[in-house]
Amino acid sequence: MKPLPDGRIAGRKRIDVFFRVLAAASAAAVLLSLLVILGTILWKSIPALSLSMLTQTPKGGFYLGKEGGILNAIVGSLYLGLGATALALLLSLPLALYLNEYKGRASKTAVWTRFFLDVLWGVPSIVYGAFGFVVMLALGLRASLLAGILTVALLEFPIMTRAIDEVMRLVPRELKEASASLGATRFETALKVMVRQSAPGILTGVLLAFGRGIGDAASVLFTAGFTDRVPTSLADPAATLPLAIFFQLGTPFPEVQQRAYASAAVLTLIILIISLAGRAMSRKVTRHVVK
Amino acid sequence: MRLLKDALARRAMGLVTALPGLLVLLIVVGLFLKSKAILGVQPLSKLLFSSAWHPLKGEFGLLPFITGTVWVTMTALVLAVPVSILAAVYLSEYAPRWVRESAKPVIDLLAGLPSVVYGVWGVLLVVPFVGEVLAPLAGVYSSGYSILAGGIVLAIMTFPTIIHVTLEVFSTVPAALRDASLSLGATKWETTRHVVLRKGAQGILAASVLGFSRAFGETMAVLMVVGNVPVVPRSLFDPGYPLPALIANNYGEMMSVPRYDAALMMAAFVLMLIVLFFNVLARRTLSRVERRVR
Repeated sequence: MKPLPDGRIAGRKRIDVFFRVLAAASAAAVLLSLLVILGTILWKSIPALSLSMLTQTPKGGFYLGKEGGILNAIVGSLYLGLGATALALLLSLPLALYLNEYKGRASKTAVWTRFFLDVLWGVPSIVYGAFGFVVMLALGLRASLLAGILTVALLEFPIMTRAIDEVMRLVPRELKEASASLGATRFETALKVMVRQSAPGILTGVLLAFGRGIGDAASVLFTAGFTDRVPTSLADPAATLPLAIFFQLGTPFPEVQQRAYASAAVLTLIILIISLAGRAMSRKVTRHVVK
Repeated sequence: MRLLKDALARRAMGLVTALPGLLVLLIVVGLFLKSKAILGVQPLSKLLFSSAWHPLKGEFGLLPFITGTVWVTMTALVLAVPVSILAAVYLSEYAPRWVRESAKPVIDLLAGLPSVVYGVWGVLLVVPFVGEVLAPLAGVYSSGYSILAGGIVLAIMTFPTIIHVTLEVFSTVPAALRDASLSLGATKWETTRHVVLRKGAQGILAASVLGFSRAFGETMAVLMVVGNVPVVPRSLFDPGYPLPALIANNYGEMMSVPRYDAALMMAAFVLMLIVLFFNVLARRTLSRVERRVR
Protein backbone atom coordinates (compact mmCIF):
# COMPACT_ATOMS: atom_id res chain seq x y z
CA MET A 1 0.00 0.00 0.00
CA LYS A 2 1.28 3.37 -0.95
CA PRO A 3 1.40 5.92 1.86
CA LEU A 4 -0.98 8.82 1.38
CA PRO A 5 0.69 11.84 -0.14
CA ASP A 6 1.61 14.43 2.43
CA GLY A 7 -0.53 17.04 0.75
CA ARG A 8 -3.78 15.22 1.52
CA ILE A 9 -3.04 14.80 5.16
CA ALA A 10 -2.04 18.43 5.39
CA GLY A 11 -5.30 19.34 3.68
CA ARG A 12 -7.38 17.32 6.10
CA LYS A 13 -5.53 18.88 8.96
CA ARG A 14 -6.19 22.33 7.60
CA ILE A 15 -9.90 21.58 7.40
CA ASP A 16 -9.80 20.30 10.95
CA VAL A 17 -8.12 23.47 12.19
CA PHE A 18 -10.55 25.61 10.19
CA PHE A 19 -13.60 24.05 11.80
CA ARG A 20 -12.01 24.08 15.19
CA VAL A 21 -11.50 27.83 14.94
CA LEU A 22 -15.00 28.33 13.51
CA ALA A 23 -16.60 26.37 16.34
CA ALA A 24 -14.55 28.19 18.95
CA ALA A 25 -15.49 31.52 17.38
CA SER A 26 -19.18 30.60 17.52
CA ALA A 27 -18.95 29.66 21.16
CA ALA A 28 -17.09 32.88 21.88
CA ALA A 29 -19.75 34.89 20.03
CA VAL A 30 -22.50 33.36 22.15
CA LEU A 31 -20.67 33.98 25.41
CA LEU A 32 -19.63 37.48 24.38
CA SER A 33 -23.20 38.44 23.48
CA LEU A 34 -24.09 38.25 27.17
CA LEU A 35 -21.22 40.59 28.02
CA VAL A 36 -22.23 43.00 25.27
CA ILE A 37 -25.84 43.06 26.45
CA LEU A 38 -24.95 43.59 30.11
CA GLY A 39 -22.30 46.14 29.18
CA THR A 40 -24.59 48.21 26.96
CA ILE A 41 -27.44 48.28 29.47
CA LEU A 42 -25.26 49.22 32.42
CA TRP A 43 -23.26 51.79 30.47
CA LYS A 44 -26.36 53.56 29.16
CA SER A 45 -28.06 53.52 32.52
CA ILE A 46 -25.33 55.30 34.46
CA PRO A 47 -26.49 58.88 33.73
CA ALA A 48 -30.04 58.23 34.96
CA LEU A 49 -29.32 55.90 37.83
CA SER A 50 -29.86 57.57 41.20
CA LEU A 51 -31.12 56.80 44.67
CA SER A 52 -34.36 58.72 44.23
CA MET A 53 -35.07 56.52 41.26
CA LEU A 54 -35.25 53.55 43.61
CA THR A 55 -36.97 55.14 46.59
CA GLN A 56 -39.70 57.31 45.07
CA THR A 57 -42.92 56.63 43.28
CA PRO A 58 -43.59 58.59 40.07
CA LYS A 59 -44.54 62.22 40.77
CA GLY A 60 -46.81 64.29 38.56
CA GLY A 61 -45.40 64.54 35.06
CA PHE A 62 -42.97 61.69 35.61
CA TYR A 63 -43.56 60.44 32.10
CA LEU A 64 -42.77 63.88 30.76
CA GLY A 65 -39.37 63.86 32.41
CA LYS A 66 -40.20 65.31 35.83
CA GLU A 67 -39.28 64.06 39.31
CA GLY A 68 -39.92 60.62 40.67
CA GLY A 69 -38.76 57.04 40.65
CA ILE A 70 -39.86 53.52 39.92
CA LEU A 71 -40.52 52.30 43.45
CA ASN A 72 -44.07 51.38 42.45
CA ALA A 73 -42.78 49.03 39.77
CA ILE A 74 -40.03 47.50 41.92
CA VAL A 75 -42.41 46.76 44.79
CA GLY A 76 -45.15 45.64 42.41
CA SER A 77 -42.81 43.22 40.67
CA LEU A 78 -41.58 41.80 43.96
CA TYR A 79 -45.13 41.29 45.29
CA LEU A 80 -46.17 39.70 42.05
CA GLY A 81 -43.10 37.48 41.84
CA LEU A 82 -43.36 36.35 45.47
CA GLY A 83 -47.08 35.66 45.28
CA ALA A 84 -46.86 33.78 42.02
CA THR A 85 -43.84 31.78 43.12
CA ALA A 86 -45.51 30.75 46.39
CA LEU A 87 -48.63 29.70 44.53
CA ALA A 88 -46.66 27.80 41.90
CA LEU A 89 -44.66 26.01 44.59
CA LEU A 90 -47.90 24.92 46.22
CA LEU A 91 -48.74 23.08 43.01
CA SER A 92 -45.27 22.05 41.86
CA LEU A 93 -44.05 20.35 44.99
CA PRO A 94 -46.96 17.90 45.40
CA LEU A 95 -46.90 17.15 41.69
CA ALA A 96 -43.18 16.40 41.62
CA LEU A 97 -43.50 14.32 44.79
CA TYR A 98 -46.41 12.37 43.37
CA LEU A 99 -44.54 11.57 40.16
CA ASN A 100 -41.44 10.41 42.00
CA GLU A 101 -42.81 8.77 45.13
CA TYR A 102 -46.18 7.30 44.19
CA LYS A 103 -45.71 6.67 40.48
CA GLY A 104 -42.89 4.76 38.90
CA ARG A 105 -40.38 6.62 36.80
CA ALA A 106 -41.59 5.09 33.57
CA SER A 107 -45.28 4.82 34.41
CA LYS A 108 -47.72 6.15 31.85
CA THR A 109 -48.91 8.93 34.15
CA ALA A 110 -45.38 10.12 34.74
CA VAL A 111 -44.40 10.06 31.08
CA TRP A 112 -47.51 11.93 29.95
CA THR A 113 -47.38 14.47 32.75
CA ARG A 114 -43.78 15.29 31.91
CA PHE A 115 -44.71 15.59 28.28
CA PHE A 116 -47.50 18.06 29.04
CA LEU A 117 -45.21 20.02 31.34
CA ASP A 118 -42.66 20.32 28.55
CA VAL A 119 -45.39 21.50 26.21
CA LEU A 120 -46.59 24.06 28.76
CA TRP A 121 -43.02 25.27 29.18
CA GLY A 122 -43.01 26.14 25.49
CA VAL A 123 -46.28 28.07 25.52
CA PRO A 124 -45.48 31.74 24.83
CA SER A 125 -46.10 34.11 27.72
CA ILE A 126 -48.41 36.26 25.59
CA VAL A 127 -50.71 33.24 25.30
CA TYR A 128 -50.70 32.90 29.09
CA GLY A 129 -51.52 36.59 29.19
CA ALA A 130 -54.47 36.20 26.84
CA PHE A 131 -55.65 33.11 28.68
CA GLY A 132 -55.30 34.84 32.05
CA PHE A 133 -57.36 37.68 30.64
CA VAL A 134 -60.10 35.27 29.55
CA VAL A 135 -60.14 33.64 32.98
CA MET A 136 -60.11 37.03 34.66
CA LEU A 137 -63.22 38.09 32.74
CA ALA A 138 -64.90 34.77 33.47
CA LEU A 139 -64.29 35.22 37.19
CA GLY A 140 -65.37 38.84 37.09
CA LEU A 141 -62.00 40.17 38.26
CA ARG A 142 -60.49 43.45 37.17
CA ALA A 143 -56.86 43.88 36.21
CA SER A 144 -55.26 43.53 39.62
CA LEU A 145 -52.37 42.16 41.59
CA LEU A 146 -54.38 38.99 42.19
CA ALA A 147 -55.09 38.37 38.50
CA GLY A 148 -51.43 39.03 37.73
CA ILE A 149 -50.30 36.60 40.42
CA LEU A 150 -52.62 33.89 39.08
CA THR A 151 -51.38 34.31 35.51
CA VAL A 152 -47.70 34.41 36.40
CA ALA A 153 -48.16 31.39 38.67
CA LEU A 154 -49.45 29.45 35.65
CA LEU A 155 -46.40 30.57 33.69
CA GLU A 156 -43.99 29.55 36.48
CA PHE A 157 -45.67 26.27 37.32
CA PRO A 158 -44.23 24.08 34.51
CA ILE A 159 -40.75 25.60 34.85
CA MET A 160 -40.63 24.96 38.57
CA THR A 161 -42.17 21.50 38.42
CA ARG A 162 -39.75 20.27 35.76
CA ALA A 163 -36.77 21.64 37.69
CA ILE A 164 -37.89 19.98 40.96
CA ASP A 165 -38.79 16.78 39.15
CA GLU A 166 -35.29 16.56 37.64
CA VAL A 167 -33.59 16.65 41.04
CA MET A 168 -36.09 14.30 42.69
CA ARG A 169 -35.37 11.72 40.03
CA LEU A 170 -31.84 11.60 41.36
CA VAL A 171 -32.84 10.62 44.92
CA PRO A 172 -31.41 7.11 45.35
CA ARG A 173 -33.92 4.31 45.65
CA GLU A 174 -32.17 2.83 48.66
CA LEU A 175 -33.00 5.93 50.63
CA LYS A 176 -36.71 5.55 49.95
CA GLU A 177 -36.54 1.85 50.73
CA ALA A 178 -34.75 2.52 54.01
CA SER A 179 -37.50 4.91 54.99
CA ALA A 180 -40.22 2.44 54.04
CA SER A 181 -38.54 -0.36 55.96
CA LEU A 182 -38.71 1.76 59.10
CA GLY A 183 -42.49 1.75 58.74
CA ALA A 184 -42.94 5.21 57.23
CA THR A 185 -45.88 5.71 54.92
CA ARG A 186 -45.16 7.01 51.46
CA PHE A 187 -46.42 10.45 52.42
CA GLU A 188 -44.00 10.57 55.34
CA THR A 189 -41.18 9.39 53.12
CA ALA A 190 -42.08 12.08 50.61
CA LEU A 191 -42.09 14.88 53.17
CA LYS A 192 -39.19 13.84 55.34
CA VAL A 193 -36.84 12.15 52.91
CA MET A 194 -37.54 13.35 49.38
CA VAL A 195 -37.99 17.02 50.22
CA ARG A 196 -34.94 17.21 52.44
CA GLN A 197 -32.77 15.24 50.10
CA SER A 198 -33.62 17.43 47.14
CA ALA A 199 -33.77 20.74 49.05
CA PRO A 200 -30.93 22.41 47.13
CA GLY A 201 -32.52 21.49 43.81
CA ILE A 202 -35.93 22.68 44.94
CA LEU A 203 -34.43 26.01 45.90
CA THR A 204 -32.74 26.34 42.51
CA GLY A 205 -36.03 25.56 40.78
CA VAL A 206 -37.92 28.08 42.89
CA LEU A 207 -35.41 30.83 42.17
CA LEU A 208 -35.36 29.99 38.47
CA ALA A 209 -39.13 30.31 38.32
CA PHE A 210 -39.06 33.49 40.42
CA GLY A 211 -36.60 35.08 38.02
CA ARG A 212 -38.72 34.09 35.06
CA GLY A 213 -41.87 35.42 36.69
CA ILE A 214 -40.41 38.74 37.74
CA GLY A 215 -38.98 39.42 34.30
CA ASP A 216 -41.99 38.52 32.23
CA ALA A 217 -43.94 41.34 30.68
CA ALA A 218 -46.32 39.86 28.16
CA SER A 219 -48.30 37.86 30.70
CA VAL A 220 -48.95 40.76 33.07
CA LEU A 221 -49.74 43.26 30.35
CA PHE A 222 -53.42 42.29 30.32
CA THR A 223 -53.80 41.07 33.84
CA ALA A 224 -51.92 43.13 36.42
CA GLY A 225 -52.69 46.56 35.04
CA PHE A 226 -50.43 49.53 35.77
CA THR A 227 -50.47 52.23 38.40
CA ASP A 228 -48.23 54.89 39.85
CA ARG A 229 -48.98 53.86 43.42
CA VAL A 230 -47.61 51.00 45.44
CA PRO A 231 -50.36 48.36 45.66
CA THR A 232 -51.85 47.90 49.11
CA SER A 233 -54.25 45.04 48.48
CA LEU A 234 -54.67 42.10 46.14
CA ALA A 235 -57.50 43.88 44.34
CA ASP A 236 -55.35 46.91 43.44
CA PRO A 237 -53.70 47.06 40.05
CA ALA A 238 -49.93 46.67 40.30
CA ALA A 239 -47.10 48.17 38.26
CA THR A 240 -44.30 45.85 37.19
CA LEU A 241 -40.71 46.60 36.23
CA PRO A 242 -40.81 45.14 32.71
CA LEU A 243 -43.89 47.15 31.84
CA ALA A 244 -42.43 50.28 33.44
CA ILE A 245 -39.41 49.86 31.16
CA PHE A 246 -41.63 49.32 28.14
CA PHE A 247 -43.81 52.36 28.78
CA GLN A 248 -40.89 54.64 29.56
CA LEU A 249 -39.10 53.61 26.39
CA GLY A 250 -42.27 54.32 24.44
CA THR A 251 -42.36 58.02 25.39
CA PRO A 252 -40.78 60.53 23.03
CA PHE A 253 -38.72 62.24 25.77
CA PRO A 254 -35.00 61.42 26.02
CA GLU A 255 -34.99 61.92 29.81
CA VAL A 256 -37.71 59.33 30.25
CA GLN A 257 -36.02 56.94 27.85
CA GLN A 258 -32.86 57.31 29.91
CA ARG A 259 -34.91 56.15 32.88
CA ALA A 260 -36.04 53.14 30.89
CA TYR A 261 -32.37 52.15 30.51
CA ALA A 262 -31.85 52.64 34.22
CA SER A 263 -34.95 50.59 35.02
CA ALA A 264 -33.67 47.86 32.71
CA ALA A 265 -30.38 47.91 34.60
CA VAL A 266 -32.28 47.54 37.89
CA LEU A 267 -34.23 44.57 36.52
CA THR A 268 -31.05 43.00 35.15
CA LEU A 269 -29.33 43.42 38.51
CA ILE A 270 -32.27 41.78 40.30
CA ILE A 271 -32.07 38.83 37.90
CA LEU A 272 -28.28 38.60 38.32
CA ILE A 273 -28.62 38.63 42.12
CA ILE A 274 -31.31 35.93 42.06
CA SER A 275 -29.19 33.76 39.82
CA LEU A 276 -26.01 34.20 41.88
CA ALA A 277 -27.90 33.77 45.16
CA GLY A 278 -29.37 30.54 43.79
CA ARG A 279 -25.92 29.21 43.09
CA ALA A 280 -24.55 30.20 46.46
CA MET A 281 -27.54 29.05 48.51
CA SER A 282 -28.02 25.73 46.81
CA ARG A 283 -24.58 24.80 48.12
CA LYS A 284 -25.51 25.88 51.64
CA VAL A 285 -28.76 24.01 52.19
CA THR A 286 -27.06 20.66 51.85
CA ARG A 287 -27.13 20.15 55.64
CA HIS A 288 -29.75 17.41 55.50
CA VAL A 289 -28.57 15.80 52.31
CA VAL A 290 -27.28 12.25 52.56
CA LYS A 291 -24.43 11.75 50.17
CA MET B 1 -54.49 7.62 61.25
CA ARG B 2 -51.19 7.79 59.44
CA LEU B 3 -52.57 5.58 56.72
CA LEU B 4 -55.56 7.86 56.38
CA LYS B 5 -53.27 10.83 56.00
CA ASP B 6 -51.32 8.95 53.38
CA ALA B 7 -54.46 8.07 51.45
CA LEU B 8 -55.68 11.66 51.58
CA ALA B 9 -52.33 13.01 50.43
CA ARG B 10 -52.29 10.50 47.63
CA ARG B 11 -55.69 11.63 46.35
CA ALA B 12 -54.80 15.30 46.60
CA MET B 13 -51.51 14.85 44.79
CA GLY B 14 -53.17 12.71 42.15
CA LEU B 15 -55.53 15.58 41.46
CA VAL B 16 -52.69 18.04 41.02
CA THR B 17 -51.09 15.65 38.56
CA ALA B 18 -54.03 16.04 36.21
CA LEU B 19 -53.31 19.75 36.08
CA PRO B 20 -50.72 20.01 33.26
CA GLY B 21 -52.83 18.12 30.74
CA LEU B 22 -55.93 19.92 31.84
CA LEU B 23 -54.24 23.30 31.57
CA VAL B 24 -53.18 22.69 27.96
CA LEU B 25 -56.75 21.73 27.16
CA LEU B 26 -58.22 24.69 29.04
CA ILE B 27 -56.00 27.20 27.26
CA VAL B 28 -56.91 25.84 23.84
CA VAL B 29 -60.64 25.64 24.63
CA GLY B 30 -60.75 28.98 26.45
CA LEU B 31 -59.08 30.86 23.61
CA PHE B 32 -61.23 29.11 21.04
CA LEU B 33 -64.48 29.97 22.81
CA LYS B 34 -63.47 33.62 23.01
CA SER B 35 -62.47 33.78 19.37
CA LYS B 36 -65.50 31.93 18.04
CA ALA B 37 -67.44 35.18 17.67
CA ILE B 38 -65.17 36.31 14.83
CA LEU B 39 -65.84 33.18 12.79
CA GLY B 40 -69.50 34.13 12.53
CA VAL B 41 -68.55 37.40 10.84
CA GLN B 42 -65.65 36.30 8.70
CA PRO B 43 -64.86 32.88 7.28
CA LEU B 44 -61.63 31.30 8.50
CA SER B 45 -59.95 31.44 5.09
CA LYS B 46 -60.46 35.20 4.84
CA LEU B 47 -59.26 35.64 8.39
CA LEU B 48 -56.02 33.79 7.76
CA PHE B 49 -55.25 34.80 4.18
CA SER B 50 -56.55 38.33 3.82
CA SER B 51 -54.16 41.22 4.36
CA ALA B 52 -56.86 43.82 4.99
CA TRP B 53 -56.54 44.92 8.61
CA HIS B 54 -59.13 47.60 9.34
CA PRO B 55 -60.65 46.89 12.74
CA LEU B 56 -62.92 49.92 12.55
CA LYS B 57 -64.46 48.69 9.32
CA GLY B 58 -64.74 45.21 10.75
CA GLU B 59 -62.05 43.72 8.50
CA PHE B 60 -59.65 41.45 10.32
CA GLY B 61 -57.10 39.85 7.98
CA LEU B 62 -54.29 38.23 9.93
CA LEU B 63 -52.03 37.59 6.93
CA PRO B 64 -49.60 40.51 7.49
CA PHE B 65 -49.11 39.39 11.07
CA ILE B 66 -48.65 35.75 10.23
CA THR B 67 -46.10 36.52 7.51
CA GLY B 68 -44.42 39.02 9.85
CA THR B 69 -44.00 36.33 12.48
CA VAL B 70 -42.70 33.81 9.96
CA TRP B 71 -40.17 36.27 8.50
CA VAL B 72 -38.78 37.30 11.86
CA THR B 73 -38.63 33.74 13.13
CA MET B 74 -36.93 32.45 10.00
CA THR B 75 -34.35 35.24 10.06
CA ALA B 76 -33.61 34.42 13.66
CA LEU B 77 -33.24 30.72 12.93
CA VAL B 78 -30.97 31.22 9.93
CA LEU B 79 -28.68 33.23 12.19
CA ALA B 80 -29.04 31.16 15.34
CA VAL B 81 -28.99 27.53 14.22
CA PRO B 82 -25.50 27.34 12.63
CA VAL B 83 -23.89 29.41 15.36
CA SER B 84 -25.60 27.45 18.15
CA ILE B 85 -24.70 24.07 16.70
CA LEU B 86 -21.08 25.06 16.11
CA ALA B 87 -20.92 26.47 19.63
CA ALA B 88 -22.34 23.23 20.98
CA VAL B 89 -19.80 21.25 18.91
CA TYR B 90 -17.02 23.33 20.39
CA LEU B 91 -18.28 22.99 23.95
CA SER B 92 -18.87 19.26 23.72
CA GLU B 93 -16.01 18.12 21.46
CA TYR B 94 -13.14 20.58 21.57
CA ALA B 95 -13.33 22.68 24.69
CA PRO B 96 -11.25 21.91 27.77
CA ARG B 97 -13.21 21.01 30.87
CA TRP B 98 -12.98 24.36 32.61
CA VAL B 99 -14.31 26.21 29.58
CA ARG B 100 -17.27 23.86 29.39
CA GLU B 101 -18.00 24.23 33.09
CA SER B 102 -17.77 28.00 33.07
CA ALA B 103 -19.83 28.33 29.89
CA LYS B 104 -22.85 26.75 31.57
CA PRO B 105 -23.75 29.58 33.95
CA VAL B 106 -23.27 32.10 31.15
CA ILE B 107 -25.73 30.24 28.93
CA ASP B 108 -28.18 29.89 31.83
CA LEU B 109 -27.94 33.60 32.47
CA LEU B 110 -28.53 34.36 28.80
CA ALA B 111 -31.67 32.23 29.02
CA GLY B 112 -32.77 33.97 32.20
CA LEU B 113 -32.51 37.57 31.01
CA PRO B 114 -36.00 39.10 30.72
CA SER B 115 -37.20 39.74 27.21
CA VAL B 116 -37.70 43.43 27.95
CA VAL B 117 -33.98 43.69 28.66
CA TYR B 118 -33.27 42.14 25.26
CA GLY B 119 -35.68 44.64 23.79
CA VAL B 120 -33.96 47.63 25.39
CA TRP B 121 -30.61 46.32 24.21
CA GLY B 122 -32.04 45.88 20.73
CA VAL B 123 -33.23 49.48 20.66
CA LEU B 124 -29.89 50.74 21.96
CA LEU B 125 -27.55 48.74 19.73
CA VAL B 126 -29.14 46.52 17.09
CA VAL B 127 -31.62 49.02 15.64
CA PRO B 128 -29.00 51.74 15.02
CA PHE B 129 -26.61 49.09 13.71
CA VAL B 130 -29.14 47.86 11.17
CA GLY B 131 -30.30 51.35 10.24
CA GLU B 132 -26.93 53.09 10.00
CA VAL B 133 -24.50 50.33 9.04
CA LEU B 134 -26.21 47.36 7.40
CA ALA B 135 -28.89 49.19 5.41
CA PRO B 136 -26.48 51.63 3.70
CA LEU B 137 -24.19 48.68 2.97
CA ALA B 138 -27.09 46.94 1.27
CA GLY B 139 -27.94 50.18 -0.51
CA VAL B 140 -31.42 50.62 0.94
CA TYR B 141 -32.97 53.00 3.40
CA SER B 142 -34.23 51.62 6.69
CA SER B 143 -35.11 53.20 9.99
CA GLY B 144 -33.50 50.21 11.65
CA TYR B 145 -36.78 49.09 13.16
CA SER B 146 -37.01 46.08 10.88
CA ILE B 147 -37.41 42.35 10.43
CA LEU B 148 -33.64 42.03 10.50
CA ALA B 149 -33.29 43.80 13.86
CA GLY B 150 -36.02 41.58 15.29
CA GLY B 151 -34.28 38.53 13.83
CA ILE B 152 -30.90 39.41 15.35
CA VAL B 153 -32.34 40.00 18.82
CA LEU B 154 -34.42 36.82 18.60
CA ALA B 155 -31.42 34.80 17.40
CA ILE B 156 -29.51 35.67 20.57
CA MET B 157 -32.56 34.80 22.65
CA THR B 158 -32.80 31.35 21.05
CA PHE B 159 -29.08 30.51 21.45
CA PRO B 160 -29.52 29.05 24.95
CA THR B 161 -32.48 26.84 23.97
CA ILE B 162 -30.77 25.32 20.95
CA ILE B 163 -27.33 24.98 22.57
CA HIS B 164 -28.77 23.40 25.70
CA VAL B 165 -30.77 20.73 23.88
CA THR B 166 -28.00 20.06 21.34
CA LEU B 167 -25.45 19.56 24.12
CA GLU B 168 -27.76 17.04 25.72
CA VAL B 169 -28.12 15.20 22.42
CA PHE B 170 -24.35 15.14 21.89
CA SER B 171 -23.84 13.70 25.36
CA THR B 172 -25.99 10.70 24.38
CA VAL B 173 -23.55 9.76 21.58
CA PRO B 174 -21.40 6.99 23.06
CA ALA B 175 -17.74 7.88 23.57
CA ALA B 176 -16.74 4.50 22.15
CA LEU B 177 -18.05 5.53 18.72
CA ARG B 178 -15.89 8.65 18.78
CA ASP B 179 -12.86 6.63 19.86
CA ALA B 180 -13.44 4.12 17.08
CA SER B 181 -13.52 6.88 14.50
CA LEU B 182 -10.43 8.58 15.90
CA SER B 183 -8.52 5.31 15.99
CA LEU B 184 -9.16 4.87 12.26
CA GLY B 185 -7.19 8.04 11.73
CA ALA B 186 -10.07 10.44 11.28
CA THR B 187 -9.39 13.98 12.42
CA LYS B 188 -11.45 15.48 15.21
CA TRP B 189 -13.64 17.38 12.75
CA GLU B 190 -14.18 14.29 10.56
CA THR B 191 -15.24 12.39 13.66
CA THR B 192 -17.60 15.18 14.66
CA ARG B 193 -19.12 15.40 11.20
CA HIS B 194 -19.50 11.73 10.41
CA VAL B 195 -20.18 10.35 13.86
CA VAL B 196 -21.47 12.95 16.31
CA LEU B 197 -23.49 15.11 13.92
CA ARG B 198 -24.88 12.12 12.06
CA LYS B 199 -25.87 10.26 15.22
CA GLY B 200 -27.36 13.42 16.67
CA ALA B 201 -29.07 14.64 13.49
CA GLN B 202 -32.60 13.99 14.71
CA GLY B 203 -31.92 15.57 18.06
CA ILE B 204 -30.38 18.63 16.43
CA LEU B 205 -33.46 19.00 14.29
CA ALA B 206 -35.65 18.78 17.37
CA ALA B 207 -33.49 21.39 19.10
CA SER B 208 -33.94 23.74 16.17
CA VAL B 209 -37.69 23.18 16.19
CA LEU B 210 -37.80 24.01 19.90
CA GLY B 211 -35.81 27.15 19.15
CA PHE B 212 -38.30 27.92 16.40
CA SER B 213 -41.31 27.68 18.66
CA ARG B 214 -39.58 29.72 21.34
CA ALA B 215 -38.86 32.45 18.81
CA PHE B 216 -42.32 32.22 17.30
CA GLY B 217 -44.10 33.25 20.48
CA GLU B 218 -41.60 35.78 21.78
CA THR B 219 -43.38 39.05 22.32
CA MET B 220 -41.83 42.03 24.04
CA ALA B 221 -38.30 41.98 22.67
CA VAL B 222 -39.51 41.67 19.09
CA LEU B 223 -42.30 44.17 19.57
CA MET B 224 -39.77 46.77 20.65
CA VAL B 225 -37.48 46.54 17.62
CA VAL B 226 -39.53 45.32 14.69
CA GLY B 227 -41.40 48.50 13.76
CA ASN B 228 -45.01 47.28 13.93
CA VAL B 229 -46.42 48.26 10.54
CA PRO B 230 -49.28 46.00 9.49
CA VAL B 231 -48.23 45.24 5.89
CA VAL B 232 -46.77 42.10 4.38
CA PRO B 233 -42.99 42.70 4.50
CA ARG B 234 -41.00 42.57 1.23
CA SER B 235 -37.42 42.63 2.48
CA LEU B 236 -35.38 42.12 5.61
CA PHE B 237 -35.09 45.86 6.05
CA ASP B 238 -38.85 46.40 6.05
CA PRO B 239 -40.70 46.73 9.30
CA GLY B 240 -43.00 43.87 10.21
CA TYR B 241 -45.76 43.22 12.71
CA PRO B 242 -45.69 39.75 14.28
CA LEU B 243 -48.74 38.10 15.87
CA PRO B 244 -47.63 38.36 19.51
CA ALA B 245 -46.89 42.05 19.04
CA LEU B 246 -50.37 42.56 17.61
CA ILE B 247 -51.95 41.03 20.68
CA ALA B 248 -49.77 42.95 23.10
CA ASN B 249 -50.13 46.33 21.40
CA ASN B 250 -53.88 46.39 21.15
CA TYR B 251 -55.06 45.04 24.45
CA GLY B 252 -56.08 48.53 25.53
CA GLU B 253 -58.51 49.29 22.75
CA MET B 254 -59.90 45.88 22.12
CA MET B 255 -62.94 46.45 24.26
CA SER B 256 -64.12 49.52 22.42
CA VAL B 257 -64.22 48.14 18.85
CA PRO B 258 -66.78 45.40 18.18
CA ARG B 259 -65.32 41.95 17.40
CA TYR B 260 -61.83 43.31 18.03
CA ASP B 261 -61.34 41.22 21.14
CA ALA B 262 -62.48 38.09 19.33
CA ALA B 263 -60.01 38.80 16.50
CA LEU B 264 -57.16 39.22 18.96
CA MET B 265 -58.12 36.05 20.80
CA MET B 266 -58.14 34.36 17.41
CA ALA B 267 -54.58 35.57 16.92
CA ALA B 268 -53.65 34.08 20.30
CA PHE B 269 -55.44 30.87 19.38
CA VAL B 270 -53.57 30.54 16.07
CA LEU B 271 -50.30 31.27 17.86
CA MET B 272 -51.04 28.64 20.50
CA LEU B 273 -51.91 25.99 17.92
CA ILE B 274 -48.76 26.56 15.85
CA VAL B 275 -46.49 26.54 18.89
CA LEU B 276 -48.28 23.51 20.28
CA PHE B 277 -47.85 21.61 17.03
CA PHE B 278 -44.10 22.24 16.79
CA ASN B 279 -43.55 21.61 20.47
CA VAL B 280 -45.27 18.26 20.37
CA LEU B 281 -43.28 17.35 17.27
CA ALA B 282 -39.95 18.26 18.85
CA ARG B 283 -40.68 16.60 22.19
CA ARG B 284 -41.74 13.35 20.50
CA THR B 285 -38.52 13.28 18.47
CA LEU B 286 -36.42 13.99 21.54
CA SER B 287 -38.00 11.28 23.64
CA ARG B 288 -37.43 8.84 20.77
CA VAL B 289 -33.77 9.85 20.64
CA GLU B 290 -33.53 9.36 24.39
CA ARG B 291 -35.16 5.95 24.28
CA ARG B 292 -32.82 4.73 21.54
CA VAL B 293 -29.83 5.46 23.73
CA ARG B 294 -31.10 3.35 26.62
